[in-house]
Amino acid sequence: MTAPTDRTTKRAWDTAQRSRDERLAAASRYARGKIVDAADTTKLLEAIVRPGDRVCLEGDNQKQADFLASRLAEVAPAIINNLHIVQSGIVLPEHLDLFALGIAKKLDFSYSGPQSVTLARALKGGKIELGAVHTYLELFSRYFIDLTPQVALTVARCADRDGNLYMGPNTEDSPVVIEATAFKQGIVVAQVNEVVDKVPRVDVAGDRVDFIVVTPSPFYVEPLFTRDPAQITETQILGAMLAIKGIYEPYGVKRLNHGIGFNTAAIELILPTFAERLGLKGKIATHFALNPHPTLIPAIENGWVEQIHSFGSEVGMDDYMRARPDIFFTGRDGSMSSNRMYCQAAGLYATDLFIGSTLQIDLQGNSSTFTRDRIAGFGGAPNMGSDPHGRRHASAPWLKAGREASGDGHGLPRGRKLVVQIVETFGEKLVPTFVENLDSIELAKALDLALPPVMIYGDDVTHIVTEEGIANLLLCRTPYEREQAIRGVAGYTDVGRARDRKAVEELRARKVIQRPEDLGIDVLDANRSLLAARSVKDLMHWSGDLYDPPRKFRNW
Amino acid sequence: MDNLKLSYATRTPAAGDRQSVLVGVVASGNLEVLFERKLAPHECVVEIATPIHGYDEVWKAVVEDFVERVSPGGLYISINDGGARPDIVALRLMQGVKTMEVNHE
Amino acid sequence: MNDMPEARVSDSASWFLSTARERIAGLLDHGSFMEFLPPTERVQSPHLALFDLPVAFDDGVIVGRGRLAGRDVLIAAQEGQFMGGTFAEVSGAKLLGLIRAARDNDKLPRAILLLLDSGGVRLQEANAGELAVAEVMRAIMEARMAGVAVIALVGGRAGAFGGAGLTAATCSRIAISEQGRTGVSGPEVIETNKGVEEFDSKDKALVWSVTGGRNRRLIGGADAYAEDTVSGFREAASSLIDRAPTFDLATLQAEQQRLSARVERFANCSTAAEMWRVLGITAPQSIRDMNDAAFVKIVADVKEASHDGR
Repeated sequence: MTAPTDRTTKRAWDTAQRSRDERLAAASRYARGKIVDAADTTKLLEAIVRPGDRVCLEGDNQKQADFLASRLAEVAPAIINNLHIVQSGIVLPEHLDLFALGIAKKLDFSYSGPQSVTLARALKGGKIELGAVHTYLELFSRYFIDLTPQVALTVARCADRDGNLYMGPNTEDSPVVIEATAFKQGIVVAQVNEVVDKVPRVDVAGDRVDFIVVTPSPFYVEPLFTRDPAQITETQILGAMLAIKGIYEPYGVKRLNHGIGFNTAAIELILPTFAERLGLKGKIATHFALNPHPTLIPAIENGWVEQIHSFGSEVGMDDYMRARPDIFFTGRDGSMSSNRMYCQAAGLYATDLFIGSTLQIDLQGNSSTFTRDRIAGFGGAPNMGSDPHGRRHASAPWLKAGREASGDGHGLPRGRKLVVQIVETFGEKLVPTFVENLDSIELAKALDLALPPVMIYGDDVTHIVTEEGIANLLLCRTPYEREQAIRGVAGYTDVGRARDRKAVEELRARKVIQRPEDLGIDVLDANRSLLAARSVKDLMHWSGDLYDPPRKFRNW
Repeated sequence: MDNLKLSYATRTPAAGDRQSVLVGVVASGNLEVLFERKLAPHECVVEIATPIHGYDEVWKAVVEDFVERVSPGGLYISINDGGARPDIVALRLMQGVKTMEVNHE
Repeated sequence: MNDMPEARVSDSASWFLSTARERIAGLLDHGSFMEFLPPTERVQSPHLALFDLPVAFDDGVIVGRGRLAGRDVLIAAQEGQFMGGTFAEVSGAKLLGLIRAARDNDKLPRAILLLLDSGGVRLQEANAGELAVAEVMRAIMEARMAGVAVIALVGGRAGAFGGAGLTAATCSRIAISEQGRTGVSGPEVIETNKGVEEFDSKDKALVWSVTGGRNRRLIGGADAYAEDTVSGFREAASSLIDRAPTFDLATLQAEQQRLSARVERFANCSTAAEMWRVLGITAPQSIRDMNDAAFVKIVADVKEASHDGR
């Protein structure tokens, strides 16, 4: 046996630090202080990135380090290759170019949105070695355990010469990415729109940032959460009425998260009309974990909402949020501050309801947005849309859902998070939402994935809302009942038409299924006059003209 | 185009005395439905023209539920479909029959 | 005669979002509308089936007569959602028949309202559609010479482009809303032919600043600005019928003069805001976001917006 002292003398304990020092030395010729000329960015990246590195190229849900992405795609693959990309959003074409060009090889991510079709093609073509598709919290957590980046390429609105970064409302993933990278001897490069003498507030401290690149044009932010009220359909309004009358009201849901989409936008827009007439103001929908949805403006202005914490921001909402600090989280400088990790944790543990849409639901209630040719990723929905077993604080809606789930009332009192899927029975081009088997199971086989991508597991789902009614899965006592409850709201899809009509009527008698008429809702009342705002311009006027809609939404 | 003509015997005649009504428009995901009160009081015909192929069974199911629910006796119902989803079809059918119920002023 | 009942349409209903039938029902005095060739007649396109496309029972154009605030009018409305509200064989003939009837029969109302909502000619029936546009333009001229006021109302989702833009320009007077757009070549056509650098049809803010109602009204391309509601268009239409110019040499000369002066005045402008500055508007950037009332005030002070031409 060797003495411990010998072992310690043989092993180097600071290889990461030494590697970092070497990289910084190689990069020093391109930097004055921390500032690097935009023209030298590719050279800088070739100096600081090493083959096989884990790299996070933000890559968020909304903001994009687009300049650094385009420069990383220009490095020589002979010098830099086999990178392992660990970032939440695969959003820009350059993110996938890295793989086509042989610069990157392995991918761990969370959300792919606009690149979902290209990503599916690249995976099938064997261009990408896929680690896993994560939820946001899960990926961020792995940054601290086994996916710590060696290099983080981030993006901020401005920086000072010490590297202090101001991100404004779009802080998003950056704090967690930078924390994990900087404290594990990695290198952090930030692209910024400008260098200033003093940043409005410090979102990331300068001693965590190694290099600053001032870009020729401002970074790109996708207006991902803007839904034009003019596009909301009667069916979506009906679904919104059902959700409010059949779920928000009876459970008294005050703390919640809304997924993205027209179904939830419809809910937001009928709070000041339909829900107000039901006398629900102050009793439901007061505290949100939510991106600043423009469609929530009328409800905010009418006094429905008490506070909102946000994952990210939304294009055009800056001035409005600045003028409503009682509602939004704002810094000392007055601008809103978002944080995807904090807000995901908040949405998981501190809300009583998640409601969101999906593309496919199977007979067990499992849902997925993956189809045979589209890998959309998860984003945050699986975190929001799951029952957190680590929760220990009680609330009325949580306990009521728990009671409904336990049925007999024996045993320990337990709570349940309300996880609601709100869908239309058919999607675009008459594609059915309800299916016998999820496409993602086929996809998993084709790509040899260990785990079929499921957005929300059936055993987490408590309610399914469609235009045909609400299925309360908490009240189902057998797998057969559960299946028939789902078929019973699946409309005229094959799944819906194959229902056991007698079983469905029995479930309706037990209020496991509730039709619009059971809730006192006349289908013909579901029309656009219920929307508090019927256009993007209406939203702007509701905001006192503080909301500045993106150009692509301005039809005036 | 797929053309479908469905005939039913109904329990009762449709309410109201309007002779005809048109609801909806032919647009993507939408449809127009023309209601004409011109059949015997216990007959109903629904004629469908759709550019989407292969949905005969769905159309039959939607129309059967509608006929069962409102008993639209005497009505000749003609549909020009623009690829509407079944829920929109059902909604337009209900809107039309409701308008036909409103009596002349 | 017909028995097409009118859905009750509220005064505040958005013109932009309403269907052609809803616009007619809301615009005219309740119960006064009588449709010619209603859907029950099934006067529809014989061509669309060849393309495996659905027909509409009215071929996307509704024609008839009724009362506008007590005054007898003829009316035609294009359904912008059906095939883009396009001019085609049957829809063109319905429109043409209505205008010619007014031209030839002075017992008919002396005002025609054209509720335009169209991207132009229907590609599947292009020859018939082009002919229809030419005939409609000629018929409007002849009807105007016979003393008929022809008023275009533009505020639908398809705008008034191509043949509909030409038709609008032939009318006695034009009312437009903020959402309304008009022009000859539509934004997509310009982009296809001249490139995205010339005109980005997806940049809605750009498209509306050039073709939209506020710009058209400010530079005299429209004669009344209507709020985007049924009642807004009712007021605008009523006031324009009274202000329709006589169609004679003097009017045409005034129109020619107006257009020449406009070309000269805006020759160096490359954006709408630059034109508005030339018109003497001190804060042109604020035009697009201000409310209707503020905009109407500004229009009142712009000389180009009112004229003797058209």
